[in-house]
Amino acid sequence: MTATDTTRPATASAPRGPVAPPHRRYAGKPERSRDGSNWLSIGVALVGVALTLGPIIYLILGGFRTQQDLSTNPTGLPDPFMWSNYGDILANDVFWRQALNSLLVATVTTAGIVLLGTMAAYPLARYRFRGREGIFVIFTTGLMFPLTVAVLPLYLLLRDMGLSGLTGLIIPQIAFGLPMTIIILRPFLRALPMELEEAAFMDGVSRIGFFWRMLLPLARPGMVTVGVLAFIQSWNAYLLPLLLLTGDPRGMTLPLGITTFQGQYASATTLIMAYTSLAMIPALVFFLLMERRIVDGLTGAVKG
Amino acid sequence: MTTLETSGNGTVPAVGAAAPAAGDAPGTPVTPHPRRARLRMAGELALFLGPALALFLTFVVYPVVSAARYSLYQWNGVEQFSDATFIGFENYARALFGGTDPATKSAFTTAYTEPFQAAFTHTIGILVLSLLIQLPLGLLIALVLNRRFPGRSAVRVIMFAPYVLSEVIAGTMWLIIFDPNGVATELMHSVGLDAPAGGWLEDQTWGFWTVFFIITWKYIGLAVILFLAGLSGVPQELQDAAAIDGASWWQTQWRVNIPLIGPTIRIWVFLSLIGSIQLFDMVWVLNQGGTTGQYSTIATYMMQIGFFRSDWGFGSAVAVIMFMLSFAVAIFYMLVVLRRDNTDRVKKVRRA
Repeated sequence: MTATDTTRPATASAPRGPVAPPHRRYAGKPERSRDGSNWLSIGVALVGVALTLGPIIYLILGGFRTQQDLSTNPTGLPDPFMWSNYGDILANDVFWRQALNSLLVATVTTAGIVLLGTMAAYPLARYRFRGREGIFVIFTTGLMFPLTVAVLPLYLLLRDMGLSGLTGLIIPQIAFGLPMTIIILRPFLRALPMELEEAAFMDGVSRIGFFWRMLLPLARPGMVTVGVLAFIQSWNAYLLPLLLLTGDPRGMTLPLGITTFQGQYASATTLIMAYTSLAMIPALVFFLLMERRIVDGLTGAVKG
Repeated sequence: MTTLETSGNGTVPAVGAAAPAAGDAPGTPVTPHPRRARLRMAGELALFLGPALALFLTFVVYPVVSAARYSLYQWNGVEQFSDATFIGFENYARALFGGTDPATKSAFTTAYTEPFQAAFTHTIGILVLSLLIQLPLGLLIALVLNRRFPGRSAVRVIMFAPYVLSEVIAGTMWLIIFDPNGVATELMHSVGLDAPAGGWLEDQTWGFWTVFFIITWKYIGLAVILFLAGLSGVPQELQDAAAIDGASWWQTQWRVNIPLIGPTIRIWVFLSLIGSIQLFDMVWVLNQGGTTGQYSTIATYMMQIGFFRSDWGFGSAVAVIMFMLSFAVAIFYMLVVLRRDNTDRVKKVRRA
């Protein structure tokens, strides 16, 4: 079990240096991997991959079809193969505006969550003061206050405050992202050696200076992990945009844009397929680039 | 580490008085004037914690408390809240058994109780089925993918992809696939399964199962990835020892690997329970819970009645019930199940 415990807090232990990769199972024992039961693995893997990718590929291919082709032969390949669905969407500024809005909202939300979250996690991890645990508990209760519960009053609050559009979306998203960030970052910041502070204070650096010049650079791995999760969450967010970004499709984010587009062109299924496929690309690219980080973040978030 | 060295090299103290820090405790620079130090500490705390706390209290805690308050009123959200009628726990009574007023009881039972109970049943159904189906399935996939075979890491990445896709994209995709005249109908037909009239999603029974299938497609990747992370921590020696003792692959999994990733499994169960109770986006995209609400969840019902039918008081009551449900699960789990893991782990470490 000791081995389990060293690998477990994947994010929390990051500053101590990279965690040893999981040992190669059956490495050096080729006779094992050649036995028949390995075909079971490959079989399960193939079925899993087919079930996962099949619908996605079907969606992308569907974007190349004509409506007529899809309704007469839903299982077939595109015939005729046409580019105009994708072309039309890309030639229209609505899709680009929505992608830009999503990018803007996700970037600002992520920056806000990471900065404010790290600032709050720092004293909660490394200061000693009365009420510290109390404040931490307040933040952790946030995990039990999901957006779904708060969304109706939140909508009214934002309306009364006059916050609308993308700003009205970003600010509550930051607020709802903070608990998870603080919960992940606190053990991470705590794991940094205390001698750092002692040395810095000895040299006359204030705590604020320490935070800015030493803690932030050292906490970068943790901040990236938290940031990646926050970015995905914001990029995919649907409930709050649904309430806040009504009206002009040019002011919407991509997920809301998809459902709005779907409502507008209900009969043009292949056009919707193309739109959805295009909206999927940024997320998939980001996921492939950040796969390691996302998995680390999730496993760390869960265990930290 | 370079930053550490440069800032150690006598950079200028950022704020005011240079504290001659002979800290007795790490992280606590001691200044000669305790009162000034305390004031400064308070200032720093306010600076670091203030913004996060203010945002959190305003946009998370306050709305949740407001939901509890609104739930005691008959309010349509259009009129001023001060004009709303206070009705006590009547909204909750309406949700649970049609309300206390005999004159409106039967009307309210149809209007409130029945759709709420349907949504509640679907939510609990998804919650239970997740444990019964997604847990064994996720475990099986993880155990199998834990073995070495060509292309293993690619398979892991692929199977995790749906979890990262937005609910809207996945929902729209499946909506098209399960269109009454769509590819699912055609494919099922070719293996001899005929779609019910109106299509798979619109059917009163099959609709729910179809949605559960879609949810499993979307979220099984998380279970797999978490279990794999847990498995990577199980020491190889234990499996070798089991193999030497003549255990088959299945026996090794059942007696060594699965018990050892118990903590990971329990955490996934916790996430799954909470996620099921609060399930919204995916189901909303799938025709907002179905045209007759045949697979509505508590959250989609709350949005429908609260926001789109402007029954804010009742919608808030539904939100509070949903919150109580997740709160109860969370508390129970924290106190009873997850606490065990901490003590467990100590024991196991000692034994090892």
